[in-house]
Amino acid sequence: MELLLFNIFNGLIVGLFYALMALGLSLILGLNGIINFANGSFLALGGYLAFTLKPEIGFWGALVASPLLAGLIGLVIERGLIRPLYGRDPLYSLLLTFGLAMIIQTMLRMTWGANGLPFKVPDFMSHPLSQTYFFLTGYRVFVVVLTILAAGSLFALLQFTRVGVRIRAGNSDLETVSALGINIYRLRAVNFGLGILMAGLAGVLAAGRLGLTPTMGASLLMPSFVAIIVGGVGSLMGSVLGGIIIGVASGIVTTYYPAASQVVIYLIMAVVLIVRPRGLLGQEGLLE
Amino acid sequence: MNPYENIHISRRHLIKAGSAVAATAALYPGLGAFAKSDNPIKIGQVTPGTGTYSALGGNQVAGAKLAVDQINSNGGVMGRPVQLLLENTGSDVGKSVQKVRKLVHRNNVDFLTGSVSSAVALADSQASHGLNTLYMDLGGHADAITGKKCSWNTFRTCSTTWLLTAGDFHTLFEQFGKKWFFLTPDYNFGHALHRDYVQQLKQAGGQEVGNALAPLGTTDFSSYLIKAKSANPDVLIILNAGNDQINALKQVHQFGIQNDMGIGGPMMEMETLESLPADARVGYWNMEWYWNQPNTPHVQKFVEDYKKSTKANKVPTARSWFGYAGTHALALAAEKAQSLNTMKVVKALEGLELPPEIALQPHKAVYRSSDHQLIGSQFPGQIRKNGSYPHLFDLSSIVDSSKIARSAEAKGCSMSYPSSMSS
Amino acid sequence: MSGTESTVPAASFGATPIMRLLPSLIIWSLLLSVPFWMPLVGGYTALASRVLIFGLAAMGLNLLLGFTGGLSFGHAAYFGLGAYGTGLMLKFVSGSTPLAIVVGVLVGGMAATVFGLLTIRRRGIYFAMITIAVGQMFYFIAVRWNSLTGGEDGLTGFSRTNIGFGQAVLNLHHTITFYYFTLFFFAIGCAVVWRVLHSPLGHTFVAVRENQRRLRFLGLSVGFYIWIAFALSGTVAALAGTLYALLNNFTSPQDLNWLLSGDFVIICVLGGMRTFWGPPLGATIYVVVQDYLSSITVNWMAFIGALFVVVVLFFPFGLLGLLQRRSSQ
Repeated sequence: MELLLFNIFNGLIVGLFYALMALGLSLILGLNGIINFANGSFLALGGYLAFTLKPEIGFWGALVASPLLAGLIGLVIERGLIRPLYGRDPLYSLLLTFGLAMIIQTMLRMTWGANGLPFKVPDFMSHPLSQTYFFLTGYRVFVVVLTILAAGSLFALLQFTRVGVRIRAGNSDLETVSALGINIYRLRAVNFGLGILMAGLAGVLAAGRLGLTPTMGASLLMPSFVAIIVGGVGSLMGSVLGGIIIGVASGIVTTYYPAASQVVIYLIMAVVLIVRPRGLLGQEGLLE
Repeated sequence: MNPYENIHISRRHLIKAGSAVAATAALYPGLGAFAKSDNPIKIGQVTPGTGTYSALGGNQVAGAKLAVDQINSNGGVMGRPVQLLLENTGSDVGKSVQKVRKLVHRNNVDFLTGSVSSAVALADSQASHGLNTLYMDLGGHADAITGKKCSWNTFRTCSTTWLLTAGDFHTLFEQFGKKWFFLTPDYNFGHALHRDYVQQLKQAGGQEVGNALAPLGTTDFSSYLIKAKSANPDVLIILNAGNDQINALKQVHQFGIQNDMGIGGPMMEMETLESLPADARVGYWNMEWYWNQPNTPHVQKFVEDYKKSTKANKVPTARSWFGYAGTHALALAAEKAQSLNTMKVVKALEGLELPPEIALQPHKAVYRSSDHQLIGSQFPGQIRKNGSYPHLFDLSSIVDSSKIARSAEAKGCSMSYPSSMSS
Repeated sequence: MSGTESTVPAASFGATPIMRLLPSLIIWSLLLSVPFWMPLVGGYTALASRVLIFGLAAMGLNLLLGFTGGLSFGHAAYFGLGAYGTGLMLKFVSGSTPLAIVVGVLVGGMAATVFGLLTIRRRGIYFAMITIAVGQMFYFIAVRWNSLTGGEDGLTGFSRTNIGFGQAVLNLHHTITFYYFTLFFFAIGCAVVWRVLHSPLGHTFVAVRENQRRLRFLGLSVGFYIWIAFALSGTVAALAGTLYALLNNFTSPQDLNWLLSGDFVIICVLGGMRTFWGPPLGATIYVVVQDYLSSITVNWMAFIGALFVVVVLFFPFGLLGLLQRRSSQ
């Protein structure tokens, strides 16, 4: 029983991680109308940037700077490669970001080497908080708090700032937003950058948990897809919810039958698709 | 144009390689220089250049390149230069089978080497069998390669799961005690390691207090580590490799498990140690080869030559040595057979003992004829606390594999040769 | 019906019947003579088999992707299930190669039929995401179910067997014989896809792509036709998968992975996904380029990635699409 409770808690942490990644994906999917296959590579990029920046500006500096830097790189890529795709068949954005993922991954390997690199988090966070609950390390708690903070600030940004309101408006009706004289190209660029920034942040956090390899983002990409499908396309809250649900489910299954811990999230997706095809919080007919 | 093709043997190259050459000069009688028209002996090496295994594969290639340089600087094989043809596959096994065919059908290679993972080794061994071409498995550990699926055309340089476990079993047993808990990756390689340790544990009067099966690719081991801790064993045996091993060890450290029980396992690689944060490097492990053997002749020289050859300040790893020894073995066998005929070279490789300059270990290293497995040494020891690269590991002993190896029959290998070709 | 002209394949440049048949004639005679000219241009016959198999898989996918407009990014699943079906059959049940092919096609085709039902409830990007995720489910099953599939190590220990016809024996171990064996099934696959595209059903597929609203007005169920296209397309991909298992005498979880699905999609787009011969042409270029690049550099994946980007930005209609546009101008 204690093991089950722990695994549920642990699944929550993993799920929040999926959610963080899914938020970035979902944001870009909503306004830019693009499934960003390269999100996993941007995640890795964020982690590697932090690895390089850490000796110069410390862990906390890197935690702030590398997602921003990744977001900036995202902006450049949006301008050069993604922008020509708006309004075209979604097929093309899928393929382009698929190719982009391969390019970024190879560049990471060429720059930082194929072998994994360690990424050390500050000492005070790398130890258990209590002797009985030894699995509760400072870093785990930190990741949870930061993920919630990041998601919270994103929601606040969308709710209370002018850019945020426009992004939300653009999500539901881009034409009208454009007709109101808002530069939707800039809006989409900002949105894309924001999505990459989330991926970069997830990358730094993942680096502290798992270390760095050029392919580190690949295993997180698929679960965050599923999180979006389960939560419902077009709903950021849904993505968070979806991430948590599959994370916890995976945790519960790990207790009893570890071999199925991956398959279970796809089964949940299948059930959701049968019972409620638009996802838990999804809007009908969006992006179709 | 393949940049790896046509390894030119120019004067300058000879001078540069000169120092690397001396060590093996006596092994290859020959002139030391070739005319351009000389028809090279081709070795095809299939490597996962991308994907998870690329770091390991890269080191195997670096070792093979050094070997080829040395062979050529010493006059080649039967007076002919050796050429290394590299093919990169990524992590896709189908592609590696395709590359095996390409090397044989299009490039007419004489020998094949390669593989980092079990999957690729199994597939490529089978494919090269169909092509009647000698295949040297450098780094794929699947038991079946020299066990149930052993094959007349396939040899292996890296160890079996049995050798890996038997290599440090006694060290672990004496160091930590009788009650063992296993963390096992849920696929064939992990199951085999677990089975082999348990057999030895029972014989020695020990006890398995638990076994947690974790799927391959697990990133979060906390659930399994909780089980391990509640079982209260003397030692936690981590059977994972690669990224899984790194993640498991990091979490062992984070949870402070190493304060409650011993940590150990059958396989530690230098590449893995480099990827671990310093304080997560703990435990007693087995290595398949280690660069720091002050009492073994030629090793220091090899380390220097390797650094020169790779132009990086990195010591050779076990993977580098696999590539180095495996490639030299092929050349030596061809020289001994005075032929490139597959069956003749196979016969020459059977029972071939690597000379000390290439074996680079205190015990004999012989490709056993009964199952084509290289029987050399195992290198058990302890990870050095707060060690800095490259001093990350302290050998406790060097175990003679021939003392611990199981017979070919016990492994399930009965070697059969094609009737039309047997000599 | 709008878009009908694009169902008529690339063989429509000319006006006279001979001109119409000419491209097909050239293609088939080139394919039939592969073992003779392949070594001359620095290739090898097994590479040609691989091209045919990828071309067939992409042609199957294209039925859904190019002609019906269903954006599937998960067809490797049905390809891989075909491969596993064949491999498991040969390994555990019967040594008969034809039987193994039938079983592989059935396994992959039935999975496509069943899981097609699940995916057709959504459209567009959503459809793409669901197809990927369903495909990954099969991937994880193959990786985790060690005892049956060999897990991460893949399924080994089976081999294509010779086929006896009374006295005569078809020696499939011979590379060139196996090439013609593959070509035979490739031709069957082509014939099936060709027949479907030139039947009323095929015209309805194109109508689904071009104007779903109009179809609904006509009282036709769009979802139903996408489902049929999905099932057919998955079955052809499964046939390709069975051949892939026989080519390698080996199947690996990678054969089900979404990365392979991505390969199939780019092959369709590269060759021209509104054309009949586009996917095989795309497969020829893609497989050969990949084979060549991975021999000369460890960083070949970056170049393949760049190929994706270049195709999307500059050749969105593919090579045959480009030719068609030229000729129609």
